Amino acid sequence: MTALTDVSSQAAAGARWRISEVVFWLLALACAFLFPSRYLIMTDIVRLGLFALSLDLILGYAGIVSLGHAAFFGVGAYSAGLLALHGIINEPVIALVAAGLVAAVLGFLTSFLVIRGVDLTRLMVTLGIALLLEALAERFSDVTGGSDGLQGIEMQPILGLFAFDMFGKTGFFYSLIVLFILFLLARRIVYSPFGLSLRAIRNNPLRAAAIGVPVNRRLVAVYTLAAFYAGIAGALFTQTSALASLDVFAFERSADLMLVLVIGGTGYLYGGLIGAVVFKMLQEFFQSLTPQYWLFWIGLVLVVIVLVGRARIHRSVLFVPNLIIRQFVGRKAVVVPESDAS
Amino acid sequence: MASVLTNLFDGVAYGMLLFVLACGLAVTLGLMNFVNLAHGAFAMAGGYICAVLVNNSGWPFFAALPLAFAGSAAIGIVLERALYRHLYMRGHLDQVLFSIGLVFMSVAAVDYVMGSSRVFIKLPAALEGQIDLFGVGIGRYRLMIVVICGLLTLALQLILAKTRFGSRLRAAVDDPRAAIGLGINVPQVFAFTFAFGCGLAGLGGALSAEILGLDPYFPLKFMIYFLIVVTVGGSSSITGPFLASLLLGIADVAGKYYVPKMGPFVIYTVMIVILIWRPNGLFGRTAAR
Repeated sequence: MTALTDVSSQAAAGARWRISEVVFWLLALACAFLFPSRYLIMTDIVRLGLFALSLDLILGYAGIVSLGHAAFFGVGAYSAGLLALHGIINEPVIALVAAGLVAAVLGFLTSFLVIRGVDLTRLMVTLGIALLLEALAERFSDVTGGSDGLQGIEMQPILGLFAFDMFGKTGFFYSLIVLFILFLLARRIVYSPFGLSLRAIRNNPLRAAAIGVPVNRRLVAVYTLAAFYAGIAGALFTQTSALASLDVFAFERSADLMLVLVIGGTGYLYGGLIGAVVFKMLQEFFQSLTPQYWLFWIGLVLVVIVLVGRARIHRSVLFVPNLIIRQFVGRKAVVVPESDAS
Repeated sequence: MASVLTNLFDGVAYGMLLFVLACGLAVTLGLMNFVNLAHGAFAMAGGYICAVLVNNSGWPFFAALPLAFAGSAAIGIVLERALYRHLYMRGHLDQVLFSIGLVFMSVAAVDYVMGSSRVFIKLPAALEGQIDLFGVGIGRYRLMIVVICGLLTLALQLILAKTRFGSRLRAAVDDPRAAIGLGINVPQVFAFTFAFGCGLAGLGGALSAEILGLDPYFPLKFMIYFLIVVTVGGSSSITGPFLASLLLGIADVAGKYYVPKMGPFVIYTVMIVILIWRPNGLFGRTAAR
């Protein structure tokens, strides 16, 4: 029994809210009122943050490198689009959950393929699944609208009360609330004994199995969960932009997502959110410099990050904020990206 | 019947082309366990070098091919010494991110320099049209590809099996640590092989401009094909990737001809099934490290 209470007290200690976290969410909320003309891009950031959070669950906590996470994003996006287009589920929140569940089912089914094999096989299988779905969506263009995408999606008001407006205000608050709720859930999960066992698996699957962690079952569970999150992110994309086209499955989306997560750092949940903000700002900046060739600079950022070393960059970026936090609150509150998965 | 044979021939030509394009990747993966998604960028470099030489400087096509090889190999060795070698000991995630970064940079750079539209290389008249062999139409260009790639494959096999360098390379692939212990300079062997693989990719890129199409998105579009060749073929020998490329080439051509609506669906499904069935590739023998 002592071991169990030990684990739970450890987990509880880790799960305590830090001041920096509260500040982070207050800042996020403040942005909504500070930049009322920027709702569209902020919605974009929130969606991307949620999507990156979902990759963080499998990459940062379970160590699965996926090059095809866009598969679940795409399935979520098309599910939400089709549900709204054919009027099957008109209420956006229920449709959102339904779309997430569809993606989760796909995640559950494909997880058995993914947990087999080593890194390279996983890369290929995840990439293959995303490409397969893209090919399927193109093939069944009578359902998906082919390369034109789904057209004429009209969203009903959220909970029958809040209609989507053209400035994206409703869309933004809707996305932010969804992100916050899902974040709380993810936070609860990664600090639970389940989350601790995932970290054990990431660090050493063999040893984790030896101390009695059911490795494969845990991986299936977290992969399904991540698929659910990605599906919700995709559904949010469709609901707030009222379109879904083939590029939701594109390889670039999965690759960008990796970049987002790597900028922010893996394995501490905020990485995806911070990464999304930095990535979107970088993208805007590069696009304003060279509208056509911004991809070059994004690539350069990736190369530099890897060559300099991810952990080193995060340490140096967090140096100043940590210094300030230490002055006010003491050592306990310091923000540390727990570990960067290799 | 004739059309079946023509398709088969096209498939073989396509497959051999894929082999020349991808065999360098097999070495990178097998020898250093390095996931290099940027391999297609070297192929694209070779293609564009050839295109510029032939179209703008008026070189004959066959004279430009060796230069495509040399140019890509030179780029390869510079990047290997400057960047790649720092990443051999890192995790796969870092390698993937790094090579995706390189792909993005190469795509945008080529777009900037050469424009985003598809580039065609002017072919000599001798390579155009078809010849009729026992009632089977065979494209001259494809015939040339089969000949060149066939000779290259033979040469590679001979180098690997018969020369001293080949045996060093095989030793290094089988067990790098033991190879270093025996006094083999593994980093040097690897740098040379990497450059050679990039050169082959460049040559393949030049040859494939006519068949696969050459535009700045080449490395992204065909990345998956190269990876399929290597993962399905396994990286422990040269025969595995060769058979895998032939299989892929024939399946892809046949798929596009007979079930055009299914598109690339067939290929991806086959790949996933094979990887589930044999995670180390159809012909792989070493366990994954």
